[in-house]
Amino acid sequence: MLNDIFTLIWKEWKEVFLQRSSGRMGLVSLLIFVGMFGIFLPLQSGVEWLVSPMSMALAMWMPIFLVLGLVTDAFAGERERHTLETLLASRLSDTAILFGKIGAGVAYGFTFALVTLIVGAVTINIAFPAGGLKFYTPALFFGGLAFSLLTCLLMASLGVLVSLRSPTARVAYQKLSIVMLVIVLLPTLLLPLLPEDLQMSVQMALQNINWGAIMLVAAVVLIAAVAVLIGLAKARFQRAKLILD
Amino acid sequence: MTAVAIRTRNLTRTFETVRAVDGISFEVPSGIVFGFLGPNGSGKTTTIRLLLGLLEPTSGSAEVLGFDTATHADDIRQRCGALLEHTGLYERMTAEDNLEFYGRVWHLNAAERQQRIHDLLDAVGLWDRRKEPVGNWSRGMKQKLAVARAMLHRPQIIFLDEPTAGLDPIAAVALRDELAALVQQQGVTVFLTTHNLAEAEKLCQQVAVIRQGQLMMIGSPDELRLRQGGSRLEIVGRGFTEAALSILRQQPQVKEVTRQDQHITITLKDDADTAPLVQLLVSQGVQIDEVRRGKASLEEVFLTLMEEDKHVE
Repeated sequence: MLNDIFTLIWKEWKEVFLQRSSGRMGLVSLLIFVGMFGIFLPLQSGVEWLVSPMSMALAMWMPIFLVLGLVTDAFAGERERHTLETLLASRLSDTAILFGKIGAGVAYGFTFALVTLIVGAVTINIAFPAGGLKFYTPALFFGGLAFSLLTCLLMASLGVLVSLRSPTARVAYQKLSIVMLVIVLLPTLLLPLLPEDLQMSVQMALQNINWGAIMLVAAVVLIAAVAVLIGLAKARFQRAKLILD
Repeated sequence: MTAVAIRTRNLTRTFETVRAVDGISFEVPSGIVFGFLGPNGSGKTTTIRLLLGLLEPTSGSAEVLGFDTATHADDIRQRCGALLEHTGLYERMTAEDNLEFYGRVWHLNAAERQQRIHDLLDAVGLWDRRKEPVGNWSRGMKQKLAVARAMLHRPQIIFLDEPTAGLDPIAAVALRDELAALVQQQGVTVFLTTHNLAEAEKLCQQVAVIRQGQLMMIGSPDELRLRQGGSRLEIVGRGFTEAALSILRQQPQVKEVTRQDQHITITLKDDADTAPLVQLLVSQGVQIDEVRRGKASLEEVFLTLMEEDKHVE
């Protein structure tokens, strides 16, 4: 089973990198992404970058947009390019195909999160050499990675579920983009509309917040959401239905 | 391997109001090329999907290699290869990577994969182009690669859904020849759907004809030709008068006579002796240039079957 999942991840990665390398901005956009969150933002924050949970959360949240592009293509893209039926006619089990698709998205986003974190640490050490070699605290580093893994898992499961139900990859991408815009942009847009005293109290609350507790609750919520989404995707994954769709 | 590779019993699949496959029962012996013939929309693709366990039958049952398609679809897919309606190739990937992926899917080890990919690409004449993305290839090349992919893991049965559809005649003949050679080398059972009767005639040891989901006829191409068309006599000459043809039609061994310019075709009942017919025409003043005895082509049998069915409707 694991072997089959890795085989599918190998294929998905091969396809996504070939797609990116064939476009003018394909691989450059990945470098811009790493440059933005691994170099530019750490330089702006200074050594604070290595101890700030807020910066870590930002860096860990962003890879989900990379996952989005890959997972929306998972089933809808295969259906669109007429490769799905041949894949379904192979010896791969339902679980291997489903987890392979989810795993490809998770591994893709998580790898970039890890690379971004390491590049960020290298940037800080080069730009601010005083005080010897610096790195994230173990709690922050591993907590950040775990958070990244869960958000990528959430996005990949949601993306695969949407992709299973969409006729084309574009439709799947549009559906998921709307969800992401609501989740990410709505708080940003709504916050300035709040009365000033309320805004001040929100900021105060954020400064004094117990990030450890918040991360723990977020992790539990994410795990539960992932379990529900994978369950729904498994229920939705029926070869006959996928072929007749 | 079991003696019977595929067995169906009253296999039926309905889509809302349409009965795509309507109670078909047949057996395919192991190690032959079996042609499943029928016009577009006759239920050929649905039958393949049912046999691969990709669709569940509405009623009836099917066994492939002794496994029930409804309960052991995984076991069937493990042992079969398929080239379905579309080639199913990943067009951004190279030919080699496409085969590499499916080689890994079927758990071939690295050395075996490498050897098999080399052998198959070499056999279909694509080894030199293995590093090219297949998206830019012609349809014929893609079909050949898809056939190679279907054979990669040495399956016991290969399902080929109209493998030469959409190919120009030269590419179709080339693919057919390579397919025949590959099948002979690998010794597999092939379940081939097609509406190309010449293809079926050349490749298949047994054929079944399906129309509107119903099985019309099954047997070897020769059996079908004899059963449906009987033998016939073609005569080229001059002086085919209506009187001569009328006398000819009255002969007990003659089923039908058709005339086209200086050429007549006589459809015979059973295996009738033809010499008296030639003598009769000569006695009626016909000058005969050439006499050929033959059987109706599979295409003619097929068209006759389709026509008969229309009349029944």
